[in-house]
Amino acid sequence: MNATADQKKASPLSEPWYTFPVTIRRAYAEAPNVMTYDFEFDHHADARQYAFAPGQFNMLYVPGAGEAAISIAERTNQDRFLKHTIRTVGIVTRAIAKGGVGMSLGLRGPFGTRWPVDSFSDGSVKRDVILVAGGIGLAPLRSLLLFLIEHREKVGSVSLLIGARSPEDVVYESELHGWRENGVEIHVTVDRPDQNWRGHVGVVTLLLGRIAIPRPQSTFVLTCGPEVMMRYVAKSAINSKIPTENVWLALERNMNCAIGLCGHCQLGPKFICKDGPVFRYDQVRDLLGVQDF
Amino acid sequence: MSSSTLEEPCLIEKCELDRLIERLKCEGFIVVGPYVEDSAIQYREIQSMRDLPRGYRDTQEPGEYRVAKLLKKNYFEFNLGPHSWKQFLFPPKLTVNSCTKKNESWEFISKVDSQPKFAFLGVRACELAAIQVQDRVFMEGPYVDPVYQARRESTFIVAVNCTVAASTCFCTSMGTGPKCKSTFDLALTELDCGFVVEVGTARGRSMISDLTTRELDPEHARDSQLLQQRAVDQITKRLDTSEILNLLMGNLDHPHWDEVAKRCLSCTNCTMVCPTCFCSSVTDVSNLSGDEIERQRQWDSCFNVDFSYTTSGTVRDDIRSRYRQWLTHKLASWHDQFASSGCVGCGRCITWCPVGIDLTVEVAAIRNTPSSNRTLPVIQPSCKAECAFPKDSKA
Ligand SMILES: Cc1cc2nc3c(=O)[nH]c(=O)nc-3n(C[C@H](O)[C@H](O)[C@H](O)COP(=O)(O)OP(=O)(O)OC[C@H]3O[C@@H](n4cnc5c(N)ncnc54)[C@H](O)[C@@H]3O)c2cc1C
Ligand code: SF4
Ligand code: FES
Repeated sequence: MNATADQKKASPLSEPWYTFPVTIRRAYAEAPNVMTYDFEFDHHADARQYAFAPGQFNMLYVPGAGEAAISIAERTNQDRFLKHTIRTVGIVTRAIAKGGVGMSLGLRGPFGTRWPVDSFSDGSVKRDVILVAGGIGLAPLRSLLLFLIEHREKVGSVSLLIGARSPEDVVYESELHGWRENGVEIHVTVDRPDQNWRGHVGVVTLLLGRIAIPRPQSTFVLTCGPEVMMRYVAKSAINSKIPTENVWLALERNMNCAIGLCGHCQLGPKFICKDGPVFRYDQVRDLLGVQDF
Repeated sequence: MSSSTLEEPCLIEKCELDRLIERLKCEGFIVVGPYVEDSAIQYREIQSMRDLPRGYRDTQEPGEYRVAKLLKKNYFEFNLGPHSWKQFLFPPKLTVNSCTKKNESWEFISKVDSQPKFAFLGVRACELAAIQVQDRVFMEGPYVDPVYQARRESTFIVAVNCTVAASTCFCTSMGTGPKCKSTFDLALTELDCGFVVEVGTARGRSMISDLTTRELDPEHARDSQLLQQRAVDQITKRLDTSEILNLLMGNLDHPHWDEVAKRCLSCTNCTMVCPTCFCSSVTDVSNLSGDEIERQRQWDSCFNVDFSYTTSGTVRDDIRSRYRQWLTHKLASWHDQFASSGCVGCGRCITWCPVGIDLTVEVAAIRNTPSSNRTLPVIQPSCKAECAFPKDSKA
């Protein structure tokens, strides 16, 4: 009985404000204003009970500054570290950037829905998977990409289309080569090329029009980035005869509770924190079009 | 809680209510009831029947509220004030967590362990419905609010059937009142000679076990019926809820939203007095050295401009979109989320709106001039995205 009570207490489900203490162990510069951090659980017991699925997010908490929703990019080092890629935009993310390695902070999670990883293969059929990322939107797709690499033989082709403002804004650039070696077809496009840029120029939706989609009925498109970008990606995918129900996206809105109880992240009938952030496109298509909703 | 009464109603003399209050206090309940304060009937801790608004009557109109003392000496011949019971179950301000910095590391301590035990005296039918609505929000989804749950599960409810109605009441349209049908431990109907007592739960029965009760004779039963019918007859406000989900979601671009926006002050009053609104924000309150921090949850409102934003800025930066958010959530998308309306017809938002905006009138205006240039298909609750960790996946 006592064990259950303890577990109940320690579970983010029974105690929504339960916060794990964590410490930043490593920090890597990704792009201007974007850093990737390795967070280590201060207590092994917390690390043991923590489990996430690709697409989910954590609430990172800087005491005194507040919380921010940040996607889980990866779990590494025998599950000791959680990797998060964070763009400095406001109060919390600035405090994290300032704190850097050694900083002590809090973490609640994991929260939200996952990418539909179970749909990519069912016995005989291996689906082709196309990931489309805009800027920092690659972070929530990263855990999915790593999952696909890990289960590479269970899915069809895997493509990653990345759009960034300029070449230096491409995150995880040093890892692209390794991902290619693992059988991922990667294309990068930038809005503003520099002198050394040899890749594509223009918006990422154009790339989607350019790559071969031999079996649209068996292809999934999963996207994360600015909302307008995702809407164009979805339209373009559907134009290429990919079924609407195979198009998925991850939405963003400020979050406070992360569990559907505070109202902040509401979008019509949805709470992005609890019903999302990952949605099947047709579940939110009509909501995205409404101005100021 | 039971959905019907356990046994035949009985009659108690009025003074017996004091014995019930005493009994509840002895059992460790904080008894909360109506009390006249700042020219309004509010809810707060009471000690005895002497604290009740005996002889008071409220009059309500859009944007207007008055209480006055009448010659009659009834204890419950009024309707609703600005308070609702949500402030006890879902407190306006609550410390949920505290953080202490020790040796450069933060420790997080939960503050939600022990919660007070309340007995509510004088809960009206629409308020019972509001409690049921918040039960669905806070206890019946994939995540449970432990504070709400602890308080709710220990609360003892003494309901009161309305015998009068305010001009702002429309519980009959929402199917929530004025008769109390479920969710109570005891329900009272006040006659001139005493209270008719209905028992809703075994706990309710045991709580009146040492009161002097009498069998209800047919005359009392008839009086009780007549008084409750009087309340029904006094309700004049109507809200036509037929197809309301499609009506509102299909008219998100209706020009009437602009018209309301010209009057609405975005003051948040309607959301504060609403017994079902549940928006909140947790913020940090720090000591001077910054190494002791309390995380405080406070009621928030979708009428605040910074309530919802993305990296590209505020989501609803005009009053039109904020009023539309409130109304469409309350009356339409609430159905998708919680399989009921978010409105119980108590009329508080009408009374306490400083400019007297009346949601029943606004809905009727949209209904009378539909401008369906956008039709949102109704999203069925069944297509909810899968929840990665449903209620009990973590043993
Ligand atoms: C599910 C999910 C996953 C996410 N994953 C990541 C991720 O992996 N990496 C990442 O970098 N980001 C991610 N984000 C975005 C991140 O949560 C936000 O950028 C968050 O706001 C950052 O918190 P902050 O305190 O630093 O910024 P804030 O102080 O909240 O400011 C963020 C932005 O909002 C504006 N803003 C702030 N307050 C207001 C207001 N009151 N009204 C209007 N505008 C305001 C600011 O000007 C700024 O542009 C994710 C968001 C969600 C919902
Ligand atoms: S409807 Fe009335 S009460 Fe509500 S925000 Fe507008 S002015 Fe305030
Ligand atoms: S963040 Fe609180 S409801 Fe979504």
